[in-house]
Amino acid sequence: MQGRETMGRDGGSREMSGADIIVRALVDLGVDTIFGYPGGAVLPIYDALFRQKQIRHILVRHEAGAVHAAEGYARSTGKPGVVLVTSGPGATNAVTGIADALLDSIPIVVLTGQVATHLIGSDAFQECDTVGITRHCSKHNYLVKETSRLGGTIHEAFHIATTGRPGPVVVDIPKDVQVATARYERPARFEHKTYRPKVKGDLAAIEAAVEMLAVAERPILYVGGGVINSGPGASQLLRDLARLTKAPVTSTLMGLGAFPASDPQFLGMLGMHGTYEANLAMNQCDLMLCLGARFDDRVTGKLDGFSPHSRKIHVDIDPSSFNKTVRVDLAIEGDVGHVLEDMVKLWRARGHQAQPQDDWWSRIKGWRAKQSLAFTQEGEKIQPQHAIRALWEATHKKNPIITTEVGQHQMWAAQHFDFEQPNKWLTSGGLGTMGYGLPAAIGAQLGNPKSLVIDIAGEASIQMNIQELGTATQYDLPVKVFVLNNEYMGMVRQWQDLTYEGRHSHSYSDSLPDFVKLAEAYGWKGIRIETLDQLEQGIADMLAHDGPVFVDCMVERHANCFPMIPSGATHTEMLLGPDQVAGKVDKSAEALV
Amino acid sequence: MAAKIKPLLVQEVVERHTLSILVDNEAGVLGRITGLFSSRGYNIESLTVADITEDEAVSRITIVTSGPRRVIDQIRAQLDRLVPVHSVTDLSELGPFVERELALVKVAGTGEKRVEALRLADIFRARPVDTSTQSFVFEISGSTTKVDQFIELMREVGLVEVARGGVVALSRGATAQ
Repeated sequence: MQGRETMGRDGGSREMSGADIIVRALVDLGVDTIFGYPGGAVLPIYDALFRQKQIRHILVRHEAGAVHAAEGYARSTGKPGVVLVTSGPGATNAVTGIADALLDSIPIVVLTGQVATHLIGSDAFQECDTVGITRHCSKHNYLVKETSRLGGTIHEAFHIATTGRPGPVVVDIPKDVQVATARYERPARFEHKTYRPKVKGDLAAIEAAVEMLAVAERPILYVGGGVINSGPGASQLLRDLARLTKAPVTSTLMGLGAFPASDPQFLGMLGMHGTYEANLAMNQCDLMLCLGARFDDRVTGKLDGFSPHSRKIHVDIDPSSFNKTVRVDLAIEGDVGHVLEDMVKLWRARGHQAQPQDDWWSRIKGWRAKQSLAFTQEGEKIQPQHAIRALWEATHKKNPIITTEVGQHQMWAAQHFDFEQPNKWLTSGGLGTMGYGLPAAIGAQLGNPKSLVIDIAGEASIQMNIQELGTATQYDLPVKVFVLNNEYMGMVRQWQDLTYEGRHSHSYSDSLPDFVKLAEAYGWKGIRIETLDQLEQGIADMLAHDGPVFVDCMVERHANCFPMIPSGATHTEMLLGPDQVAGKVDKSAEALV
Repeated sequence: MAAKIKPLLVQEVVERHTLSILVDNEAGVLGRITGLFSSRGYNIESLTVADITEDEAVSRITIVTSGPRRVIDQIRAQLDRLVPVHSVTDLSELGPFVERELALVKVAGTGEKRVEALRLADIFRARPVDTSTQSFVFEISGSTTKVDQFIELMREVGLVEVARGGVVALSRGATAQ
């Protein structure tokens, strides 16, 4: 009860320890969940957490898991994720997740303990230069050297993580700063002296964009994760704009769910493993409206063959994305939701009618007829695409949240699991971090206790953070893990098939554990699916169990993920199936990732 | 067999730009700037930094960089994105500006070489700031080209070592940029 008193609403003007200031500031910022792991340099904060009841602390099994869980929490709820780890190895273990959140623009705040200020630089026990290490993989970071600045810094960190282009912010807090006392006051409305992201787009530019859209004969909307970061309103406005302009819509990996997959105007994902129709439409369009995407190399393919005949409009809250890889004709800096709102308003006010697009849509229909995602399920071996589709059939009415690891299963999930709403698809897009999916599912489940959360995984990736099975058990989280087990690091093997004449150098998943037994050892239900006739029942059993379930689904081992744009190729040079694979590429293509 | 890697884009014209960056004078800010240049593969030809306000709260960093226009635009945008950065001004883009560099140049020699060193220094308005019977240390300021030329000439009369201060620059006219 003493702790509650320290946290009292009137405590603003009283002296508090740095640790209590941290907890108090987090409560003031509306934080209800943090993911962490204790250690020497954060013991004062852990003691402050022990003495309060407003924040729930989730004990992970490895700091990497804490950051991905915070990412999953953030991506599925729209609220920032919070991480608390100790100095040295605690901080360095968190680095991958921090870099992951930077590349995928996920708002998280990572609090790291640091050795006492007088020890900094002395190679003290568990000391590392956390701000130095995270400087270029975080949106911003701080080393707080005075307790009096702690409260303000934490508020500022949340402001920076959640506004503009969201991202990870690290606050490094020496142990003596946590122990010393100072006054804490909740800051009034926050205005930063140098950091002021532009939210509203320039009206003249938006007007020009609307005029360009209105005269376009072959328009396309190319949408990315920015639409999801902008909030559910942006997804609604995107639907409105698509209706008005009649333009086809394609999405990046990060943007899936921003536009409903079932909508007839949706062409599916674009890029390296995108659909034929999406990539051909990008190549042949006369006007491209890019909304909150960044012309990533996985999307564009070979740059000098990228959409050669189109005028391009780019809407992004981060002006450094403009002209970074692809030159655009019109750049609009602002929050994509606000810009969409203005575009829709302006289109209606001007009484614009979309150009007749019969010819454009009949060409798209022709590309669609290729059925680039088609696969054949025959025999008793389960095709991985079929497994994903069966999972979708059995669960889509429950509106599940899907997380993934990284590799073939991730691309198959993106291709074959249809998303109708934003914030339901959590995947590591930019950094491509294996081991993301299980902790992200744990974070998503904590943020959405009533939702069905499934990690679609591969047998290799899942082992990168498999220790988090214990976290789900500890907190009674009914997350499901659905492993497509092909006994290979499938995407690595696929590239070896494509580029190195099938020399499978170290891409076989040898010495796999018995996943069912492993799951059971952690207190999970384990299910193994080996043949096609077990698939439906296995999924049903998974859904029927109200605790965590691990499904080890054996799939066809040699299936590769198509369609595919090989490295160094353009959108028009897609491989639709394995029969088109030459097994070798020239040296300049080999050097491209 | 060495693989021949084709460049992604055709050769572009490389331009030299002088950027003037106002930043919060906080710990690590220089690391953020220089780290950005190295992690993204941008060039730094010269860099100077010093606080410029009475309360020492703001520093001016002057960076001379080079690259195609596209890259220069990216550098500006990336710098602007850093939280402690107040403003990024591309002086080369903005219009007329003055640019100066300071160098200390040590020359040793006797006889005719020593006389010649003094004579050249006079032409360049370089000032001896240290003298021994064997040597001079000259102070010279001016454009980078002028400093380069002076050092080149000193090589012939006994150049020993050089310390250069890097470029500082301001826009011309009455207003601050």
